[in-house]
Formats: sequence, structure tokens, C-alpha cells
Amino acid sequence: MNRIVLEIDSRACNVSLARVVTASFIAPLDPDVTELSDIKTAVSEAVTNAIIHGYGDNEANTVRMTLTLNERLLTVEVTDNGIGIPDIACAREPLFTTLPELERSGLGFTVMESFMDTVDVISNPGVGTTVTMTKLIKTIESNDEHGSPQDPSLA
Amino acid sequence: MTGIDIYEKVLVVSPAVEIDAHSAERLRFAVDAAFEKSPCINMIFDFAKVGFMDSSGIGMLIGRYKQTEKRGGGLALVNMNNEMTRLYTISGLAKIIKNLPSLDEAIAALRGGAQ
Ligand SMILES: Nc1ncnc2c1ncn2[C@@H]1O[C@H](COP(=O)(O)OP(=O)(O)O)[C@@H](O)[C@H]1O
Ligand SMILES: [Mg+2]
Repeated sequence: MNRIVLEIDSRACNVSLARVVTASFIAPLDPDVTELSDIKTAVSEAVTNAIIHGYGDNEANTVRMTLTLNERLLTVEVTDNGIGIPDIACAREPLFTTLPELERSGLGFTVMESFMDTVDVISNPGVGTTVTMTKLIKTIESNDEHGSPQDPSLA
Repeated sequence: MTGIDIYEKVLVVSPAVEIDAHSAERLRFAVDAAFEKSPCINMIFDFAKVGFMDSSGIGMLIGRYKQTEKRGGGLALVNMNNEMTRLYTISGLAKIIKNLPSLDEAIAALRGGAQ
């Protein structure tokens, strides 16, 4: 078991840092290109939401990301103490966004759900939001078993 | 550096950044400014130098697609890697914006579509 906690100011320019830290944290497990990209994308979505929806324009707040590895099971927890989500089921609907004027696509939760194994959201209006996502990082052998059509060199 | 050039009367945008909320906003303003002062009706995004994109990029692309539609043109994408192609498919973007293997094929597709 291994764990790190990253606290960042709520500025959009810090999202790339959360991605890099996550990639480094799971590097010892040797994830394949697709897994790495899936996880980085899901992290990007959750941290971006905390910053732009949770805290809006206020850059002086803190977003906390906790990464835990239990064997090959990665858990990503992203917490903000922002405005919260009044209706979680509605927020998770594809294309739902409260910030269309910022050209948000409303696909962040859809992406998290597609790219991770599980996504849980706990939120209280005025208190904040915690998004917890898990993904099992496959071993090279099990990737082999499922056959990787993109990489014929493994055959 | 992100390149914005006119090639065969098409505005070709070649971002050289990871596309997330932070960079998508900058890209949006730079591209709209260039498109506005150009006579182009069509636009192509070349992803050859993009190593990462999240759903902020999808929103940004839909926004640029709408800009080209206003002029009766369209938007096409080229050189997306496997990971980006998955995002493109999952998001439903594939239903409205074409993804082509090369610049010349994208230009041909846009010309065909503008008829
Ligand atoms: N951390 C958060 N705090 C407050 N609201 C949130 C948070 N995360 C998501 N939301 C709400 O859920 C909606 C959908 O989120 P998402 O699917 O990522 O789409 P988008 O970010 O494009 O709006 C957001 O528009 C926002 O209203
Ligand atoms: Mg989002």
C-alpha cells in the first residue's frame, strides 16, 4: 500500500501538475498507454471540476487530491470545499453543464465513468464535493490474455 | 508554440500543448481572433503535436465548429492518436465533426461538405 496527498491552489494552471503527479505515482506499475491516458484524463476532469465549478473564479482555495495504491488498485480522491452539487444525478448526466458560456461540454463525469472502473460522488451544497474513482491497473500478462489488437508486437 | 496558418484557404490550427481547461481557453481566443480576420470559412485542427486532451477540448472544438458553421463552412480534425480518438468517439463529437488521416483528405472533405 502506498499513498500521497497533493494540495493545490484552485487555479486551472495547476491541473497539469495533478496529471503529472498521478502519472509518476503509478509509473512503477507499468500501466499501458491507454490506462495511463484514461487515468490522466479522469484526474484532469475531477480536478478541473473542483477548481472551476467548486470554487468558480476564486483562485485562493485549496483542492486536495489523494492517490492510494493497494496492490494494483488505484484510488483517486479529489476534494474541494466549494459550492457543492445540489443534484448529483443530474450533474452526472451527459451534456449537463452549469457553465455553457465557458464552452464546457458537460462531459466530464461521462469521461470519468468511461475511463475508470468506479466513480462515486459525495456532495453537500455550501460544504463541498468529494469525487472518488478507482481503477485496477492490469498486469502485462492480463493485458496479453485479453489480447491487445493495437499492439500486434505482443503476439 | 501553437501554429495558426492559412493553407488552401483553410485556417489550419496546430496546437502544441496539452489541451485542458487552462490551455483550451487561450486557444479559443487565439483561434477566434485569427478566424475573424481571415476570409476562411473552413477550419482544421491538426493534433500531431497534442499529447493530451480532456473534455475541455471537446467543448472548445464544438465552439469552433459553431464559428465555422456561421460562415457556412465546417471543421475537420486530423492526426488524432488512439487515446484522443477514443475521447472523440465517447463524447459524441464523431457524430458532428469529421476526423481524417491527413490534411489533404480533410481539405477535400471540407470542400465536399461545403457544396
Ligand atoms: N466539484 C464540483 N463542485 C460543484 N459543482 C460541480 C463539481 N463538479 C461538477 N459539478 C457540476 O456538475 C456539472 C457537470 O460536470 P461535468 O460533467 O464535468 O461537465 P462540465 O465540467 O463540462 O460542466 C458541472 O457543470 C457543475 O454544475
Ligand atoms: Mg467538468
